[in-house]
Amino acid sequence: MFPFCFEWAWDVGHIIFMGLLYMVLGAISLGLLYAFVMTWLKVTGRDKLFERLWIRFPITLW
Amino acid sequence: MDLALIPNGVQRCSLKRFVPWMVLWIALISWGLVSAFLCFFKGLNQTNMNHYFAFGLWIVFDLSIIALGAGAFFTGFLTHIIGEVFIYPFRDNLKAVVNAAVVIGFICYSSAIAMLGVDVGQPLRAWFIFWHANVHSMLTEVSFCITAYLGVLTIEYLPLVFSNRKLREIPEIDIFGNNLHHIIALFAAVGTFLSFFHQGSLGGMFGVLFGRPFAFREGFLIWPWTFFLFIHSSIAAGPSFTLLCVWIAQKVTGKELITRDVFNLLAKISGWLLATYIVLKIVDTIAWAYGVVPRAGMSFMDFYQGSYGIWLIIAEIGIFGIIPAIILITPKFRERNDLLIIGALMNVIGIVLDRFVFSIQTLSIPVMPFDKFMSYFPSWQEWGIAIGAIGYGILLFSLSYRYLPLFPQEAEMNPVQVLGRAVTDSGVIKRS
Repeated sequence: MFPFCFEWAWDVGHIIFMGLLYMVLGAISLGLLYAFVMTWLKVTGRDKLFERLWIRFPITLW
Repeated sequence: MDLALIPNGVQRCSLKRFVPWMVLWIALISWGLVSAFLCFFKGLNQTNMNHYFAFGLWIVFDLSIIALGAGAFFTGFLTHIIGEVFIYPFRDNLKAVVNAAVVIGFICYSSAIAMLGVDVGQPLRAWFIFWHANVHSMLTEVSFCITAYLGVLTIEYLPLVFSNRKLREIPEIDIFGNNLHHIIALFAAVGTFLSFFHQGSLGGMFGVLFGRPFAFREGFLIWPWTFFLFIHSSIAAGPSFTLLCVWIAQKVTGKELITRDVFNLLAKISGWLLATYIVLKIVDTIAWAYGVVPRAGMSFMDFYQGSYGIWLIIAEIGIFGIIPAIILITPKFRERNDLLIIGALMNVIGIVLDRFVFSIQTLSIPVMPFDKFMSYFPSWQEWGIAIGAIGYGILLFSLSYRYLPLFPQEAEMNPVQVLGRAVTDSGVIKRS
């Protein structure tokens, strides 16, 4: 359901429920996009940019 | 014939032996497909579900395999989140089993969704739940989460599929598999979030039924206690189910696939979670018996009559709850192979019983003065679809085991001699 659907209401229920769903779908899409972009960089020989964008684990949180 | 597809450093049976093994499971899948066709073509009158039992075998099966598939998210959470961000001493042990847990999770969720596709009666309108979402419904949340989580499991499964020996020869696929595996912690985190909410909402769905005092529970904010109990029970049963599947795979293949330490660790995690769950479940049952039941004007024994008698609660909490918890948390017991497997199996049976009680017993209890105790037995079409799902699961696990490096420790534990030299590279993607 999108905000332009006739059933949509700008209430807490819709914002939290659908907001969390879109956050999750956004995180999955970003992860896939990152993997696609990194693959494209590697395959096309853009090694410098690939190295700069490569996430190093473990991520230090503090 | 398929030698080129088999991972390096491991041995598999001949195709002549593998094909009859597959035929057996394909026969079960065919039974499921015939049943599904009948349900689509003639309608849900092919089942023994009725106005009393709107939930039947398929929902019991769905709830059970979703709980048992929790091994995927929980193992992923411990390995990739706790293990990467914090210091976790067992991380390497869990890495030996995380691939198998992902495949088991994928099988559980894909078969659950396939069964729901038949259960909804009108699968062509299944998208209505997303487009015309009722944001106050626990079931809507479950639908969102399990479909999104199946997507996450597919993404987690892909690096494993791409580590197939033949597929790795294609550089683009190999690099993409590596990149996906590199950020697997992100997908594990999303999977944990989704699993937490849908496992809980499956329980919450029953706990909010204030017209059915057997299932109704009070709770915390909008979540009834069953929400938390379902999460707790699924993470207690998931590792036990993973353990059982790997043990069965070891017996069928005649090989050691993971070390005994990994079995011990899974049993320990499962045991302690089960023990704490059983304590909370007993507290919840007592609070329900002295709170909800008298307020509904009923007595405890009013709920345990007909086919679903008091034996069910004794079996669920006592025999398949307390006993496996004791076996799995006691080092002396879980170090014995026979007790380890019995403990894990009893844990799994206990969780299936819990899901059965919530789905079927809840509906069997009369809620109107003119109602009587009902009982339900599935039709052959319902059995067909459930057993077809088991056939599909075994088939996919067998194919994954044969063609993918499912167990990183296998090559080391079962060295293969090629021209007098041991080959130990199983083709597992190693994070750089």
